[in-house]
Amino acid sequence: MNFHPVDFYEIDSLLSDEERLIRNTVREFVSAEVIPRIRGAYRAGEFPADLVPAFGELGLLGGTLSGYDCPGLNAVAYGLLNQELERGDSGVRSFVSVQSSLVMYPIHTFGSEQQKSKWLPLLAKGEAIGCFGLTEADFGSNPGGMRTRAEKKSDGWLLTGNKMWITNGTLADIAVIWARTAEGVQGFLVEKETSGFTAKGIHGKLSLRASDTAELILDNCLIPDENRLPEATGLKKALMCLSQARFGIAWGAIGAAMACYDEVVEYTKGRVQFDDKPIASHQLVQEKLAFMLTEITKAQLLAFRLAKLKEQGRITNAQISLAKRNNVLQALEIARLARQLLGANGILDDYQSMRHMCNLETVLTYEGTHDIHTLILGHEITGLPAYS
Amino acid sequence: MKIIVCMKQVPVKDSLLKIKDDNSWVHEDELNYEINESDHYALETALRLKEAHGGEVVILTMGPERVKEAIKQGLAKGADRALYINNADFTSIDPMTNAKVLAAAISPETPDLVLAGLQTDDNGSGQTGVILAENLGLPHTSIVMEIEKLDNGIKVKRELESGWFQWIELPLPALLTIQSGINQIRYATIKGIMMAKKKEVKELALSDLGLSGADVAAGSTGLDFQKVYVPEKTKQALILEGDPKDVAEQLADKLKNEAKVF
Ligand SMILES: Cc1cc2nc3c(=O)[nH]c(=O)nc-3n(C[C@H](O)[C@H](O)[C@H](O)COP(=O)(O)OP(=O)(O)OC[C@H]3O[C@@H](n4cnc5c(N)ncnc54)[C@H](O)[C@@H]3O)c2cc1C
Repeated sequence: MNFHPVDFYEIDSLLSDEERLIRNTVREFVSAEVIPRIRGAYRAGEFPADLVPAFGELGLLGGTLSGYDCPGLNAVAYGLLNQELERGDSGVRSFVSVQSSLVMYPIHTFGSEQQKSKWLPLLAKGEAIGCFGLTEADFGSNPGGMRTRAEKKSDGWLLTGNKMWITNGTLADIAVIWARTAEGVQGFLVEKETSGFTAKGIHGKLSLRASDTAELILDNCLIPDENRLPEATGLKKALMCLSQARFGIAWGAIGAAMACYDEVVEYTKGRVQFDDKPIASHQLVQEKLAFMLTEITKAQLLAFRLAKLKEQGRITNAQISLAKRNNVLQALEIARLARQLLGANGILDDYQSMRHMCNLETVLTYEGTHDIHTLILGHEITGLPAYS
Repeated sequence: MKIIVCMKQVPVKDSLLKIKDDNSWVHEDELNYEINESDHYALETALRLKEAHGGEVVILTMGPERVKEAIKQGLAKGADRALYINNADFTSIDPMTNAKVLAAAISPETPDLVLAGLQTDDNGSGQTGVILAENLGLPHTSIVMEIEKLDNGIKVKRELESGWFQWIELPLPALLTIQSGINQIRYATIKGIMMAKKKEVKELALSDLGLSGADVAAGSTGLDFQKVYVPEKTKQALILEGDPKDVAEQLADKLKNEAKVF
């Protein structure tokens, strides 16, 4: 079935030819390569890793970074790319977000020349996979409390601790690990083969099933000093990575919402109940569709403006929080309504809405929970932090 | 090998077409467009020939301003440059007129090979490519599925009916119309998209092609275009009578010879 995107306010006309072409290319790719296999991957609880070389070939990895074989996209094009990937599945978009914003970005921004030239081309081509280990079992919203530590030794750094909920964890060739040191939190590159390093898949997920989520165990991992990201000093640097990823998520959520909306507009026009009337002809159904269209359009405008602010170098973390918080919650609400309108059919994986709905529960939680973004905005408005 | 690929933009597949009140055409401004399907395969075929044997791939597109998007897409996939004929002053759905204009753009390029899609997904005449070959005085073959380069020409596989194929040798230069689905078409890469803006798109007006308004005037080829309309529905029910065997025979006959469903 063809996908009918929403462009109610003609935002398309604000895009450049290149941006539109990139969007359309990823859209085509998702229709042809992601959608046909996502149901199987979701059922199996596996990330469709065979897509990775194609991501690399198309140039979907590395987002706004340039040099070292990175695509050098502008913010709008990067946003559109996320939107289209998440129209397929949040897990697929998560792979690209982690690789681009949480692995390549810190290497590009905080890494040494040697780290950049070794890893970025491999990561951009999809020949290496990366993951980002910040969260721990006991420290999610408050990563500053982390227990993982790195001790300086004569021959490098000794890392000890456990990271939890790490996307791409078991697939990764390289992990960006944040650990407490005598000088505060710092970022390190831990290679897969490092002795004492293990990744254990987390199973039984009811959300983001087509994504690899793992626990990372660092049991006295000795890494050379050249694997420390020299400029990745302080928790703030980890949060800079999250800002990149959250920007992409604000766009990605729109893709999931559009997929649900498209599915349910088609469905309600075709589904007949009571007196041979399509359910779309009822006011209660139309109210839901009107809500969806309104919220998608608002989310698009937020995301587009946010991208322009990013391109002009004027974006703030609070602005990103507002868009992530709003767009993900509204996408989740849209997915729930779509699921509802599909009736019993909606609980089957023949339809996409429930998968998106389940996925968006993760998206609402990771990269700063919905409520943490509320607190960031509260802090911004009042100047009074309410985190603790 | 210098290859010219004729590419057209057509409304996306399941578009809802709305006919204008005066029945002159459909409302184009409400439609989204994409590259005609078999043209995609023609481009892919050209890119593969270039990768194997070297040379140049040139896209040729005619249409209003919007078709530049299709040109960009082709350039992003790897074509080297493009010729663009803006037909704002004349619109024709007549393959003969279109082929005349396209031929005028192709001649000075003296390509080794001209590829076109088998037919367009909108008008579906399947004529433009073959008329174009006649205009250019080139040998041509239609419904081509495979091309092999020989020392002194090419050998092509063409589709006949019911799973039959034919291999034919042609000298170059030649024109081929390409069947859909014959290869795996590539995606434009992001790098390709970014590089596309640096590639040449040469815009050609009728006067650049040595043509005048009279050459493309409506009806100049003898084709009289009257109106666009939705096929009129007529309701007809036929009740077959007789014993079951007799009725079954009548039904089978009607399905076969009147409805032609098998
Ligand atoms: C599928 C998946 C993939 C993930 N991938 C990664 C990854 O790749 N790398 C990584 O480092 N992490 C990853 N995470 C972890 C994610 O970022 C955390 O789950 C998230 O930060 C929330 O932490 P938590 O789960 O410990 O929840 P908690 O922090 O325990 O929060 C639980 C609830 O309490 C609320 N809460 C917490 N503190 C406050 C407060 N001060 N005021 C009000 N409410 C509060 C929260 O909003 C939430 O509703 C992933 C998570 C999931 C589910």
